[in-house]
Amino acid sequence: MWRFISGRLLQAIPVILAVITVTFFLVRVAPGGPFDSEKAVIPEVKAALEKQYRLDLPLVQQYTAYLGDLAQGDFGPSFKYPGRSVNELIGAGLPVTAELGLYALLFAMLVGSLSGIIASLRPNTMQDYVPMTLAMIGICMPTFLLGPLLVLLFGIELEWLPVSGWGDIPGDKLLPSITLGSGLAAYIARLSRAGMLEVLSQDYIRTARAKGLPEWQVVGKHALRGALLPVITFLGPAFAGLLSGSFVVETIFQIPGLGRFYVQAAFNRDYTMILGTTVFLSTLIVFFNLVSDVLAAWLNPRLRTQYASKS
Amino acid sequence: MALLEVKNLAVSFVTRNGVNKAVDDISFAVESGKITAIIGESGSGKSVACYSVLGLIPMPPGRIDSGEAIFGGQDLLQCSERELRKVRGRDIAMIFQDPMTCLNPYMRIGDQMIEPLVYHRGTPKAEAMKRAIELLGEVGMREPEKTINNFPHEFSGGMRQRVMIAMALINEPKLLIADEPTTALDVTIQAQILKLIADLQKKRDIGVIFISHDLAVVADIADEIAVMQTGKIVEHGDRHAIFENAQHPYTQKLLAAIPTDTKAHSDAEPEALIKVSNLSTWFGDADDPVKAVDDVSFEIKRGEVLGLVGESGSGKSTIGRSLLRLVPITSGQVLFDGTDVTSLEGRALKDMRRRMQMIFQDPFASLNPRMTVFDTLAEPLLLHGIENRQSVAQAVLKLMDDVGLARTAVRKYPHEFSGGQRQRIAIGRALATRPEFVVADEPVSALDVTIQAQILDLMVELGREYGLTMLFVSHDLAVVKHLADRIIVLYQGKIVEEGTGESLFNAPQEPYTQQLLSAIPGRALMQ
Amino acid sequence: MSADVITDIEQAEEGTSLWQDAWVRLRKNHLAVMGLCVLVFMIIVALLTPWIAPYAYDAQDLDLGASPPSAAHWLGTDIFGRDMLTQIMFGGRISLAVGFIATAVALIIGVSYGAIAGYVGGRTDAVMMRLVDILYALPFMIFIILLMVVFGRNMLLLFLAIGAVEWLTMARIMRGQVQALRQQEFVEAAISLGLPPSTIIRRHLVPNAIGPIIVYTTLTIPGVMLLEAFLSFLGLGIQPPQTSWGLLISYGAETMEEYPWLLIFPGLALTITLFSLNFLGDGLRDALDVRGSKD
Repeated sequence: MWRFISGRLLQAIPVILAVITVTFFLVRVAPGGPFDSEKAVIPEVKAALEKQYRLDLPLVQQYTAYLGDLAQGDFGPSFKYPGRSVNELIGAGLPVTAELGLYALLFAMLVGSLSGIIASLRPNTMQDYVPMTLAMIGICMPTFLLGPLLVLLFGIELEWLPVSGWGDIPGDKLLPSITLGSGLAAYIARLSRAGMLEVLSQDYIRTARAKGLPEWQVVGKHALRGALLPVITFLGPAFAGLLSGSFVVETIFQIPGLGRFYVQAAFNRDYTMILGTTVFLSTLIVFFNLVSDVLAAWLNPRLRTQYASKS
Repeated sequence: MALLEVKNLAVSFVTRNGVNKAVDDISFAVESGKITAIIGESGSGKSVACYSVLGLIPMPPGRIDSGEAIFGGQDLLQCSERELRKVRGRDIAMIFQDPMTCLNPYMRIGDQMIEPLVYHRGTPKAEAMKRAIELLGEVGMREPEKTINNFPHEFSGGMRQRVMIAMALINEPKLLIADEPTTALDVTIQAQILKLIADLQKKRDIGVIFISHDLAVVADIADEIAVMQTGKIVEHGDRHAIFENAQHPYTQKLLAAIPTDTKAHSDAEPEALIKVSNLSTWFGDADDPVKAVDDVSFEIKRGEVLGLVGESGSGKSTIGRSLLRLVPITSGQVLFDGTDVTSLEGRALKDMRRRMQMIFQDPFASLNPRMTVFDTLAEPLLLHGIENRQSVAQAVLKLMDDVGLARTAVRKYPHEFSGGQRQRIAIGRALATRPEFVVADEPVSALDVTIQAQILDLMVELGREYGLTMLFVSHDLAVVKHLADRIIVLYQGKIVEEGTGESLFNAPQEPYTQQLLSAIPGRALMQ
Repeated sequence: MSADVITDIEQAEEGTSLWQDAWVRLRKNHLAVMGLCVLVFMIIVALLTPWIAPYAYDAQDLDLGASPPSAAHWLGTDIFGRDMLTQIMFGGRISLAVGFIATAVALIIGVSYGAIAGYVGGRTDAVMMRLVDILYALPFMIFIILLMVVFGRNMLLLFLAIGAVEWLTMARIMRGQVQALRQQEFVEAAISLGLPPSTIIRRHLVPNAIGPIIVYTTLTIPGVMLLEAFLSFLGLGIQPPQTSWGLLISYGAETMEEYPWLLIFPGLALTITLFSLNFLGDGLRDALDVRGSKD
């Protein structure tokens, strides 16, 4: 098994390297510098600033210097917020986004798989149609539409829940988490329903019934594992989706998370911030994909013995 | 007193195309201590009948129209789901055809095996495990204490079936229903499993219902036999009654379909059309290749039918495909009419293909589902310039006559035909270019027994008419013996023995050949 | 077998092809048919918009300002007094165009790439798919945002960027299909007949592989439209003076407390279109399920 994991890790490295390189050069190549839009800056001050931020060096040297910094875990200073480093800003925004993402993921997994499984047990009846229609709505309604609608309904009309902030007012974490998790929940619902239906039509389910086992054991013990495997495999890509969703949700709900910082950095041409966040987020995504792959391989006995025997 | 008595059972399926009567008023009884076989081709209702007794038919499309199934004093058909669950896995157990798909791939076999014990009798897990290990030993599993923790995919097909059997018997049921348990297995493994079932049945003195499409398979073990056709039991009796004194024409047809004769050795021209020298076809890594075909040499004389016999993994299909250059050859030489086939390319290869054709095993997969019969048969004719656009229609119609298909079906698509008809189309396609040599790769294995006989007769007839040289590949020795002038026995990529049908059967030299021969089901019938 | 001895192919009864079977099955799926009709309607409206829109695209009425639905303005007006119905119609043109064109780009690239990899197999296939794997692992969302920020207001770039994300899965599906089909016996039969590879691909592989491709394409379009809307919402996609549903929704979100109709109507338009595409895609998937056509 370790061979499998280390193999995947090795594959991940060129990916991350590619990300760093492409982002770096992309950002530098862009028209407009970080200081152009600011109030008129005296040329000498501008030159000094550029020297401080190493903008006067040839591009390739900037690149290698950056790599060096990265190896030490230093993302560099922020262009936009003088005096604060990217590390600091990431450190401030990460916990918030992580918490938001976690709640959204939990919501999505629980609500999604439960509704999908329930729907699959009585296909083509109301028990199936209702959750699946809701799931379809979840898929077709983008986060940036759902969010404002929920805010409109629960926040403004009914005034049940707060509509902005994170951790300031009790209950203000509810709407954003649900908004972020809904799209994923809908997808998981459909995925688990399809997976369940597929598994329930397998011969080994008939064997389980022929042994006289009660239906809850047939479904819970025999069917569930095979049915949820596609959901687990999906977690890696799901994470990436959650991340991009967080950009929107944090903007709508005014949440000081990494996503919002990222969008702002993009607008402000804050090179180091963009670079730092991109690298950081990409590494996280690659890592999550790895975890998801490993989990899926481990849960599938055929793959597990195959990889175990090779190591 | 019968263990299970079924009276006037009728089961239908309600689909959007209408109501299909799968089982139409059948009655039979199963005695304890006897093996009752239910024989029928696909669609006969044999499986549906037994599944519905246990309530394993999905009831929205399925519907029990009438009948009783008396077991242990109660009518199973009237029982609720809860009551039926008490019977399943405890008093009546089932084993199924394909042990790979019928065992949960995500659970260790030990966990799966102890379920009936734990659920029905409340046996504690440790004790149940011990019992499971005992049973695994009884069904012939080596080192059961270790293998009990393995997953299904870690076993071979025969081993998995043994696991299924052990799992079914763990609760000491009174009745065992075996639904085609050996159909998916190789012939030697099949013989082992049949013997195992017969032995276990005798030891425990239980009743067994053995469902199969193959009369020969049950010839050796069944006490009572019921023959089903389109939902009805057409004949019913003990083994002597059926095998020696069959009354119903359908039973007679089934019996006649079992090839029992040996082809008399005919005088073919001594000239060899195909000469294979040291053929090797390896797959996979260079350091650890799978040697599908390992240094094989043989000849096929013009006009001869050479039978190639082996079990799965023997390499017989790979040889056929190697001769036709459908798989890359690793080393060796194949001479076709003097030309080395292995070195041909381009135009020369295309011309050679015209003279060598193949008939494939699976009639469902060997025809392009999006082409009509006309398209499929015309393609080779147009490709090789044998016919042009004007003349091809007539040629196609004539081909259809030759293979016994109605001309009116010429514009239909494969899915609109039965298995046997599709195989006729495949034969037509292979013969369209009037090849000299045809490889038939298990051409009838996927067909029902009565259809098999028809297609085999067709092939013999066409072989004569077209003057074909044939390589007939099969796992079924009985069929090969009936058709082939000479036979080659293959085992793990190597030739084990070679000879005529007579010499092989009367005086087999090699142990593997002897093993194969003794595994042929229904040897009693051949005597 | 009984043979009415016909002498001409034409005299034989026509068979029912698998496509016809699938079409019949699709027709029975009411949701899918509804989706198809709605989709066709949307497309026709989008195509005819320049001629049938009630107002000029940029006709403002600053005195009127934002007003709720009325007889003159069926869907209300925005803060500049522009007719919402017109805005939505023009926005739809852009959104649908992006959806279809970007998907077409992804389709062409992905299908060719996947077909080649699947057919040739061996090392070429391994290398090609390794590339896909690496690209797949890249967090594209982030890159697209970066691209749009960096190179800004360029519709063409938007199409390409979105297409670049989607072609990967298309390639994977096509390769999977081609690989599976290549093992099928009727392809082996075609080879043994002596057919050249081009004919085999054209007549035997492609017709049997496009089923899932059609389904996936239909389901990709809504994804692409969502992506465009998402980018426009963040201010990174379509820029004024052009408009798209995503942009309209983002404006509507800003002022939703006072003028909820500015959010609801564009939202409805987008959601309904996505619904239709998804229902149609699901219906196509069920109808084209080849397993059903085998005995």
